[in-house]
Amino acid sequence: MKPVDALRFAGRAAAGYPVRTALMMLAMAIGVAAVVVLTALGEGARRYVVSEFSSLGSNLVIVLPGRSQTGGLGPSTMLGQSERDLTLDDALALLRAGSVQRIAPITVGVAEVSHRALSREATVVGTTAGFIEVRRLQLSQGHFFSQKDPRSAVAECVLGALLRDELFGPEPALGRWLRIGDRRFRVVGVMAASGQGLGFNTDEIVMVPVAAAQSMFNTNKLFRILVEAKGREAVDAAKNGVAAIIKERHENKEDVTVITQDAVLGTFDRILTALTMAVAGIAAISLAVAGILVMNVMLVAVTQRTGEIGLLKALGASNGHIRLLFFTEAALLSLAGALLGLALGEGGSAVLRQVYPALPAYAPAWASAAGVGIALLTGILFSILPARRAAGLDPVLALSKR
Amino acid sequence: MIELTGVNRVFHLGDSEVHALRDIDLQIAQGEYLSVMGPSGSGKSTLLNILGLLDRPTTGHYSLNGRNVSDLSSDEQAQVRRERIGFVFQVFHLVPRLTAAENIALPMVLAGIAAEEREARVRQALADYDLSHRAEHRPEQLSGGQRQRVAIARATIMRPVVILADEPTGNLDRASGQEAMRLLEMLNANGVTLIVVTHDPVIGERAHRRLQMDDGRLVLDKRHEAG
Repeated sequence: MKPVDALRFAGRAAAGYPVRTALMMLAMAIGVAAVVVLTALGEGARRYVVSEFSSLGSNLVIVLPGRSQTGGLGPSTMLGQSERDLTLDDALALLRAGSVQRIAPITVGVAEVSHRALSREATVVGTTAGFIEVRRLQLSQGHFFSQKDPRSAVAECVLGALLRDELFGPEPALGRWLRIGDRRFRVVGVMAASGQGLGFNTDEIVMVPVAAAQSMFNTNKLFRILVEAKGREAVDAAKNGVAAIIKERHENKEDVTVITQDAVLGTFDRILTALTMAVAGIAAISLAVAGILVMNVMLVAVTQRTGEIGLLKALGASNGHIRLLFFTEAALLSLAGALLGLALGEGGSAVLRQVYPALPAYAPAWASAAGVGIALLTGILFSILPARRAAGLDPVLALSKR
Repeated sequence: MIELTGVNRVFHLGDSEVHALRDIDLQIAQGEYLSVMGPSGSGKSTLLNILGLLDRPTTGHYSLNGRNVSDLSSDEQAQVRRERIGFVFQVFHLVPRLTAAENIALPMVLAGIAAEEREARVRQALADYDLSHRAEHRPEQLSGGQRQRVAIARATIMRPVVILADEPTGNLDRASGQEAMRLLEMLNANGVTLIVVTHDPVIGERAHRRLQMDDGRLVLDKRHEAG
């Protein structure tokens, strides 16, 4: 029997029982679509996080007070406790390292921000003029801090877009004075609305010079120091340089954690890739379920077509021919179902991207290929038993059945 | 050409044994026209199944064209069926989703014959059996007589040496039955061995050699001159 003839015969057989064929294809399609959509979701989440981190500014080295043993993200890095505080002088000293382009010390607190009768609690970020470049932020109005000396507590502030709208409404904010805590600041700039952001949202913060924030919150501690290296290759040198300078200034104690953007990114990347794999694995279970359905449906087909199998044997079909025909049919149905599922999955991912434009929900090629491959494999694997049963039928008994 | 020696066929139904065939010895020469008659359960269908290699004798030998075929593997038997034996059934056994032409081509598909040759032979067969205008019809769209003609065309498309017909007129009206028999006898006239199993004495008596079976035994083997 020629393969093309087997293919045609099996195709006609599948087309001859449309309900059975449609059910089997649907089961396969749902399985494959689940794999595609769920991996698209996982992969989308991964890409989203990666792109958010990249938008923080590349070539970034972050200095956190406190030391964690592993060098990655640990509980102590989040709490920011250390023997010796990270100070503004530490931050400025980092500029001595050759591979450091610019720095932005950050201190964070919460204070009441008020303009006339309106007031609200807001996150106050104390930083320096370099912040806007290090973080790659955009202003919609005015300018960032004009100070030359980072130690001077000039009474200037830059508002987040949402905070501006809430405090000033339709009125212009630029040049106005507002009160933060017990001090007065003049609005010199307004941030462009960023929509979303990882960590804190720049729409709802107010930025003041770091010295002003430190005296407002009565502290000389820094929350962290952002360091921008002079290029991607210089990141490691910058990291080492920064660590060495801080160690020297802190009586040879390594009491800060220096992390690079890459390290943070790598961690998230690994977590989310693992998540994607896990979700894809769960989806693949539905393919195994579909495989069992394939087996059931093919067993029913053997019973339905017993007379036909007897006839084929009488016409000289060998057991191998019968097996080949049933395998081909199962493979055809699985393939058609898988392709349908692929289309459904891609469609589902497209809908996801429409609903959540921020999420780049594209299924990776390996997931689509694996989905289709596993569908074919389970389809063929689970048709072994029905095909063997069909081939093993006694021709005389099969022919007597109608 | 066909030689059965000491063939027994025993079925086990639960605890009891059923002797469907008992010590059958039978020689059939190339080109003979036989009918096998007898009451239900006399073993005629079993005999036909054994002759058609659909069933194996419990004991005894079956040799076809000098070759002992009862000991062949099932794949080798399938090949013998494919190349040497044509079946015609009472219920036609056409594949319902295939057209008349495709049903006729089925044995050639199984034999792996190239599509062009298949097409030529099917076209010839359709013309021979007056089915050219029904080539693209499915069995359900054909009359009983047309269905049996398709089945006969299918049985002969591989040019077998023997045709085994099991009640070929059983599901046909009188005229269609006559027509089917005429076609089968024409094949016989061209040298094909024809073996017809039937209940119908009218059909049975058309054959040149008549076998009568009862309780698994050949009780009568009569030769008549043609006509």
